This record gives sequence, structure tokens and C-alpha cells, in this order.
Amino acid sequence: MKQFIQCIAENNQHQSTHLLKMLREIQDRYHYIPKDAIEQLSELLNIPRTQIISVVEFYSFFHLSPRGKYELLISDSITDHMLGKKNLLDYLAKILSVTVGEVREDGLVSLGNASCTGMCDQGPAGLVNGYALTRLDQPACDQIAALINQQKPLVEWPSELFQVDDNIYKSGLLLNQPYVQGAALRAMIDRGIKATLAEVDGSGLRGRGGAGFKTATKWKFCSEEPQTERYVVCNADEGEPGTFKDRVLLNSYTDQVFEGMAVCAAIIGARQGFLYLRGEYLHLHDKLERILEQRRQNGLLGTNIMGVGLDFDIEICLGAGAYICGEESALIESLEGKAGIPRNRPPYPVTQGYLGKPTVVNNVETFLAATGIAVNGGDWFASIGTEKSKGTKILSISGDCARPGIYEYPFGITVQTILNDCGAVDVLGIQVGGPSGTFISNQEFERKLAFEDLATGGSFIIFNSSRDILDMVNNFTHFFAHESCGFCTPCRVGTALLKKQLAKIVDGHGSAGDVVALEELCQLVKNHSHCGLGQTAANPILTTLERYPDLYHSRLKEISFEPGFDLDGALATARRLANRDDAGAHLAQTESEHE
Amino acid sequence: MANKIRVATTSLAGCFGCHMSFLDIDERMLQLVELVEFDRSPITDIEHCTNCDIGLIEGGVCNSENVHVLREFRANCKILVAVGACAINGGLPAMRNHITLEECLNEAYMDGIGVENPQIPSDIELPLLLDQVRPIHEVVKIDYFLPGCPPSADVFWKFLTDLIEGREPALPYELVHYD
Ligand SMILES: Cc1cc2nc3c(=O)[nH]c(=O)nc-3n(C[C@H](O)[C@H](O)[C@H](O)COP(=O)(O)O)c2cc1C
Ligand code: SF4
Ligand code: SF4
Repeated sequence: MKQFIQCIAENNQHQSTHLLKMLREIQDRYHYIPKDAIEQLSELLNIPRTQIISVVEFYSFFHLSPRGKYELLISDSITDHMLGKKNLLDYLAKILSVTVGEVREDGLVSLGNASCTGMCDQGPAGLVNGYALTRLDQPACDQIAALINQQKPLVEWPSELFQVDDNIYKSGLLLNQPYVQGAALRAMIDRGIKATLAEVDGSGLRGRGGAGFKTATKWKFCSEEPQTERYVVCNADEGEPGTFKDRVLLNSYTDQVFEGMAVCAAIIGARQGFLYLRGEYLHLHDKLERILEQRRQNGLLGTNIMGVGLDFDIEICLGAGAYICGEESALIESLEGKAGIPRNRPPYPVTQGYLGKPTVVNNVETFLAATGIAVNGGDWFASIGTEKSKGTKILSISGDCARPGIYEYPFGITVQTILNDCGAVDVLGIQVGGPSGTFISNQEFERKLAFEDLATGGSFIIFNSSRDILDMVNNFTHFFAHESCGFCTPCRVGTALLKKQLAKIVDGHGSAGDVVALEELCQLVKNHSHCGLGQTAANPILTTLERYPDLYHSRLKEISFEPGFDLDGALATARRLANRDDAGAHLAQTESEHE
Repeated sequence: MANKIRVATTSLAGCFGCHMSFLDIDERMLQLVELVEFDRSPITDIEHCTNCDIGLIEGGVCNSENVHVLREFRANCKILVAVGACAINGGLPAMRNHITLEECLNEAYMDGIGVENPQIPSDIELPLLLDQVRPIHEVVKIDYFLPGCPPSADVFWKFLTDLIEGREPALPYELVHYD
């Protein structure tokens, strides 16, 4: 092992910014991060071992104790649940003789849950040693179990298990746009860099990652910073449950995304870019590297791009299972090899980002749009959409509809039109923008997708009338509690309390004041959390409570209070140990029950 | 004076530190007893509370007796207050929540160093332990929470005088600022 670690450190020039990459290699090889490896790395990289341990503990794909040689994770997204995830997980546990969350005794396999893996249109999905599995059903599970028990290397597994489809059902301005490699760079050079920024400005393009900040403004701010070492980062963390359009863009519009980064780099004066790819999209990694290499060969990356003296290159960095790393400042921390804890903002990344240098972070789709705008000009883009939301939005549609997949629409499209196109009937409601977004009821289908009305990062999950809204709320609330980075108390403790208080009501232990208490807790978490995760963690409860108060109130008992746990059950151990069963050894659940 | 405000207090799984802190209001106690009358409380030795206005509870819920006492308070106090870290969060006693009850009892009564005549106590007079120590708001409805370990005498004073004088109790920042 000593030699292996030595080697890894050397390959990474002993740079602690590459810690995640090194840990990934160690985890791959040993199925955990051994203590000795941590000691050795700490010496080689000259960082405290506690810092390495904190990173290992932070990311869900790294472990301090051994996982199975085959680590199987099943996606816990609500969309996977709607496709039968729970039964499938139980089935896998049974046929593999392993408990969920644990490693089988022989160390060959471990089974667990993963937050949404971004395959919502082709679930139930999972990951085996980091590689995406799609469309899991019982026969596939049988096959997987057999392959594991025969200890077949992953490369020998049938490729159908790993098949990931694009499922593009509706293309618009961006997805239909013909593209010639280098065209955007060419157009930018011909037009001039300043003039190209003016086109981006004129296009009205706003960030596609959710917050909707005007892209040209961000680029301009960054280019005006006194520090001349600057960076471009493409945010491909895509962790919002129900979002998978960035995966498709990276798979089939790769060049356009990289070219958009290069255009941005030229405008802001950056020489280095990063693609922060979520770990769940490991299957795309080699392909992306190949395309980067090809672009270098073609003079579109590297030094003296297109012979005009531009230098710019892109490095791919893989995440390791943390939704919070989609938040731009947490992402930058992660790029620096640290735990993804959001920074205080301001200073914003445009002034102090990667290594404290001015950095532009944009979503994958934003860069794709920038490429189109560089080629076709700002008006081409601005002629479509609404007043405040120019251009189109690429949606990831999943849930109860005939054709889940990718749809591109001009901003301003009504929800009803979308539902018609994807074949959704008997719709109860839609989660727009993922768990951190809004739940809309079937009274709101004339609303429009746009920053002015329903803003969205692209997630669009449809629920038909056979679904229980509270199941969904419960799933989302668990998601946030699981993904809270733990830095600030309102979110760390608050999300756990939300989970508990919601369960109390859903499980029928709620009484008069419990819905009010839930709502107060929501406001507290929302208003006092440090970053966007905590600030939106209560949205699933708040947006459904607003629309369906009766749903919550109908679960309440008509008494003033009931404990949220089984009071008598809590005495069971003591009863057994004291060998008692008299009346005094029991407790009624509520006082009234007692009398 | 007729119609004094009736106050009851008790300590569940607590250390009496909160009660001691309450007594630290010192000479203000003389002012207080002009306005209030103590019902069940360690300072009166009254065994059961009846028709009180305010109930102050120190400590969390660790056994079945705590549950009964807490319910008695809830049934008899118009306003029930969780006093101190233990009542609010379980506090120090809740540190046992990370260890199973069986291990705790075995360590204390069976395999611990110096244990003679090892046996787990079993007597109907003894309350049974809950598997986890609980904050009191998980067992009954609580109206107010006084933070601190213990809350300072001034916290008690401010809170009680607010209530007695008919104001919505509010603790200024200085009183809940701990470093
Ligand atoms: C908890 C959280 C998760 C986020 N996840 C993503 C993500 O996966 N992808 C993304 O592009 N933006 C994400 N964002 C938004 C980013 O912080 C940032 O606003 C965005 O990358 C900027 O790019 P844009 O201007 O092109 O939208 C997230 C924000 C928060 C608070
Ligand atoms: S709000 Fe949540 S995710 Fe954000 S910093 Fe606080 S604990 Fe971390
Ligand atoms: S809060 Fe502190 S002082 Fe009060 S009972 Fe608990 S440990 Fe004792």
C-alpha cells in the first residue's frame, strides 16, 4: 500500500487540491480509506490528518471502514420510489443476503441508498462501484447478484445494465442548433472579445443553475477584478433530485459546453477551467476526457488557441456524492480538495473564488447557451422567451407521464402545454424546480415557466392522483436532512427536527398544535440557515401546507398532545431486564387513554 | 393578598442546579412571594400540585415516574415551562442515549468494577427507565422554554415578572448570551 499511495501522491504533484482525486483512487482500490493511507497522505501532502479525515467523512462515496468489493447503491429519489425502488432494494437485500446499509460477511458486497443519481427518466437506478445502472427490475437484479457472486469484473458485465439514454423528446433553439467545432471561438475572434460580451449581454442570458443571475454581468464583474489569475468553472454537479438535463448535454452536446467555457475564459481572461462533474456521472468521465483531448489536438484548447495567442485548458474534477457541492462556493471548496462547506458570501466567487482568485461558476446549460449566442448573436437568443426570461429552458421531465426525458421550451410556456407534450394524464400536481422548488397543484396549470412566475433549474416531476403527497414531502425532507453539510445549526439540527415533526404527523401521533409547530420550525430553518440548501429545505412542507392544509390537519388526533414515539415501547427493555409486567411497568400513550 | 399566582416546580432528570439558580434571585424572593404562592415544589414539600398558573420543570424525562409527574403538572398548570438544558434537550443525562439501556444497566448493576451481589433491581416501587432520555416537550405540550444550564437568576426573574404582570415573556439578548 505504501508504494501505491506514494505513487498517487507523485502523480498529483503532492497537491492537496487534488485530495479528492487521490481519495477516489484509494477508495477504488481498497474499498475504504485505510488509516495508514491517511497517515501517509498527511505526510506526503503536508496537511493534518484530521483535515483528510474530515474530507473522507464529508463525502458519501468515501468511507473510513471497508465497503464491499462490489458496492451497490440504489437511488433514493422520489422518481425511483415511484418506479418501485423500495421493493427492488428489499429484493436485492434478500437475494444477496446482505442488510441495507451494511457489508456482507464475506466482504464481497455492500448495499445502500444513494441520493438521486440523475436517471429519473430511466429508473429505478443505482450505482455499482460508482457506475450508473439504469432500468433495474427483478431480472436485472438477479443478473447483478449472479455477476457479483461470480466475482465478474465490471468490464465483463453486460453493457445493457449500464445503458444510459438521452431521451430527448423536444428540441428547441439550443438543441436544434447545428454546430461546427470551433465556430463559437471563430465568431468571437472575428467579432472581438468586447463585442462578444456585448452580445451575451444583449441576449439577456441568465444562469440556468437556478438562481438566474445575469451571465454577462457575472463575466463582466470577473473581468474587471484587479487579480489577473482567473478561473472558469462549469457546474456539472446536478444534484437536485429530478434534474438530469446536464447529463444529456454533457453526453451529446459536449463540445458546445466546452466551447462555451472557452468563450467565457477569453472574455474574463482565464487560462484554466474546471468541469466539476458529479461523482454519479462517472460513466461520462472517459468520454469527456477524450473530447477534451480531441479539442487540444484541434487547437481549440491548450496554448495559442486558433493561433490568436489565447491559452486555456480544462480539467475535469469528480465529486464524491454531496448535493451541497452544487452550491458554487461549496463547489470551489471541493475543487480545492476540501469538504464542501459553503463560504460566506460576499465575497462572491467572481471576486474571490478558486484559491481566492476571481472565478466564474456557471451551469452546463449556461455555457451551452453562450456558445449559441457567440455564434448567432444576442438577438437570436433574445427574440425568444419572455421579457425577463430570454431564450429557452431545457427541462428534465420525470414521474407520471408517458414520455419522461428532455424537453426544450421557450420561456413563458404554460405547464399545461408541457403536460400535454409528455403525455401526462390525471395529474395531481407537479414539483417544479426539484425539492428546493415549488409544488404546484392541478389548479395552477396555466402558470408559466419563467423567472417571473415559476423559476426552475429544470426539474419537473409529475405526480398523478394515485400518489400520496405526504410520501413525496417525506422523501424530500429526508433528502435535505441527509444532504445538510452540518456547518450551521439551523439547518443541521433544523432539518433533522423537520423530519421528526413531519413523521410525527404522518404517523398519526400529531395533535392540535403540531402543524403550527411544524410551520414555525419551517420558518426558522428557512430564515436562519447559512446557504441555499437550508433556506429551501422547508419548501416541500411549506408549499404543500399552503395548498393542502387539510391533508396535514386530517392526520391530527383530537387531543391536545400525544408523544411522537411509543412511550410504552420505550419501557420494553427495562421491563425485560427487571422481569416485570405489572401495571406500574407500563405507560399509556396519552393521559386520557389512562383514565 | 387574595388570588396570588400559583406556581409549582419540580426536578425530573435534572441536578437541581436550575432550582438553585432560581433561588439566586436572592432578596427578590421576598418581592416574589408577595405576588405568588408556591404549590408543589421542593421548597414547600407539597406532594401533588393542584390548579396552578405556572409550572416550572427542570430536567428531562428518563423514567416512568418522570412521565407521571410531568403529566400531573400538565394537567394542573395553565402554563408549563421547560427550564434549563436538560428539560429542553435532555441535557447531560441524555448522554446515555448513545449507549443501549441494557449496556447501561449491565455496567451499573452486573459487570461494573466493584459491583457486589450483581442483579438488576426489580421492585414494583421502582420506576422503570425509558430506553432514551427525552426532552419534556416530546412527552407533553410545553408553552415556554428557558434556556441555560442553568438559566440565570435574572432569566427566572425576567420571565416570571413578565408573566405575572401580563406581558408576553421576552428574554433580552444579554440574558441568553453565554460566552
Ligand atoms: C444547495 C445548492 C445546490 C446547487 N446545485 C447546483 C447544481 O447542481 N448545478 C448548478 O448549476 N447550480 C447549482 N446551484 C446554484 C449555484 O450555486 C450557482 O448559482 C450556479 O452554478 C451559477 O451558475 P448559473 O449562473 O449558470 O446558473 C446550487 C445551489 C445551491 C444552494
Ligand atoms: S444551510 Fe445547511 S448546507 Fe448550508 S451551510 Fe448551513 S448546514 Fe450547510
Ligand atoms: S440544565 Fe443544567 S443546571 Fe439545570 S438540571 Fe440540567 S444540568 Fe442541572
